[in-house]
Amino acid sequence: MAGELPVNSNSDVVLVRQHVRTAAIEMGLSLVDQTKVVTAASELARNALVYAGGGQVRIEIVQKGVRRGLRLTFSDDGPGIPDIQQALTDGWTTGGGLGLGLSGSRRLVDEFDLRSAPGEGTLITVTKWGR
Amino acid sequence: MDRVPILKLGDILIVSIQIDLQDQSVLALQEDLSEQVVATGARGVIIDISAVEIVDSFIGRMLATIAGISRMLDAETVVVGMRPAVAITLVELGLSLGGVRTALNLEKGVALLNHIESVQIASATR
Amino acid sequence: MGVILSIPADAGRRRIEELLQENEDRVFKRWLEIAGSASGGQVDRSSLASQLRELYQALRQSFGDSGDLSDLRGLLAELSRTRARQGFTSTETAIVVFGLKEALYESVEDDASPEALRGFIWFSRVIDDLGLFTVESYATAREKVILDQAEQLLELSTPVVKLWDGIVAVPLVGTLDSARTQVVMEKLLQILVDTGSEHAVIDITGVPAVDTQVAQHLLKTVVAARLMGAECVISGIRPQIAHTIVTLGIEFGDIVTKATLADALAHTLRASGVEFTKSRGSRIAVRTVED
Repeated sequence: MAGELPVNSNSDVVLVRQHVRTAAIEMGLSLVDQTKVVTAASELARNALVYAGGGQVRIEIVQKGVRRGLRLTFSDDGPGIPDIQQALTDGWTTGGGLGLGLSGSRRLVDEFDLRSAPGEGTLITVTKWGR
Repeated sequence: MDRVPILKLGDILIVSIQIDLQDQSVLALQEDLSEQVVATGARGVIIDISAVEIVDSFIGRMLATIAGISRMLDAETVVVGMRPAVAITLVELGLSLGGVRTALNLEKGVALLNHIESVQIASATR
Repeated sequence: MGVILSIPADAGRRRIEELLQENEDRVFKRWLEIAGSASGGQVDRSSLASQLRELYQALRQSFGDSGDLSDLRGLLAELSRTRARQGFTSTETAIVVFGLKEALYESVEDDASPEALRGFIWFSRVIDDLGLFTVESYATAREKVILDQAEQLLELSTPVVKLWDGIVAVPLVGTLDSARTQVVMEKLLQILVDTGSEHAVIDITGVPAVDTQVAQHLLKTVVAARLMGAECVISGIRPQIAHTIVTLGIEFGDIVTKATLADALAHTLRASGVEFTKSRGSRIAVRTVED
């Protein structure tokens, strides 16, 4: 299963949460893991909306040996992140939030990959593996 | 945009969140509640999140803000019914909801508000 | 040698197909013998025979279908799965496949034609591939069995008991790994909701050691319980574990810890408004205060 969703408004964020939840249930993640990955999706979708004015997310189920995982890829064409290390620090924010969006969602998933450069948008790939 | 209804029971305001909240609904609820606290002179606010499947940093911040505003308006806020999965996720996310009182369910939330009030009265009359 | 190598591959292959058809009864009987003795009486003959019959047909079918092995692979995967679950070793499973080589070889020897010998080399290669595939599916199936068992073990080893109205306890016994701690803790939090208990005791008397991750999980559980409106007490911390926690620099903060489960129970009873008085030595009178 794979699907691409736009993140261009607040209601899209809600839609992203619902789609990620459906995919997480479909691949058999535990309730806690479902909640974690949906929360991470919510944070990252909101980030794309707030900092880049919108973007998109691809939801797919991946396989590694006997384990299945849920992979979310958020991409946007926003201003990008100049200092990734700093952006991943708890409490660091330029958007008036709590500064937990990136650092927090990294703790909620098993794999977290962030690619960004000023002026080149941001690409974030997160994966949650089934137990 | 959906608006979350606010119920009044005696001097307690009760909010039960039953929908997947959009960010604007969250902000609207924050405003509505502080207005209602002043208008009704409520001494307590209970926010029931037992139907809420996720609390991200935005909703978490809203809960803390509501608690802070209410306290300034002389009302205590109790968040009730947080699901285990939500609580575990919040801890992992790094959100501690400092200053927000919590209870397992609505009934215990009401009991907690009564307890807080009796303690306040006791210390005031001492 | 030169003679054999000059035989075109196709001819050899055709000859093997013919032999498999002409000597079907003989080859099959021998194969069943080899596979049967390798399975050591753990499988009844008639079900083995029907399984092998299916494989034999699928093999011949695949030779006819220009080498499409997908049906055959499906059957072999199924065979590996059932064998892995029944507790056969990977060798015992693989011999079922490799046995066909030996079974056919007798017919090849009797035939003694260069085509048959040349074809047998090709046939060996096919069987080797299928054998490897079988071992691989066996390993995957085994891994799945182990995962399932680990999961069942987790379910078994996580009791949550009620100590008093509104007080539950989890007595943890044995080595805690991160996965088990997580499962226990999730279960504990769920029970707090289900029973409306505002107090929980996590007793780790039976835990020989904890690592950073486990200590962190315990800590997170207490914080999560607080977010839900319940308080946790940790009891039975051994000196070594206390040492570990302090050396690792894990901040337990304002979390209540008690030496024994009894102390923890007394603490939680007091916190939930129960008063008790000691009279005449060993007897304890308990009075619950209604508020």
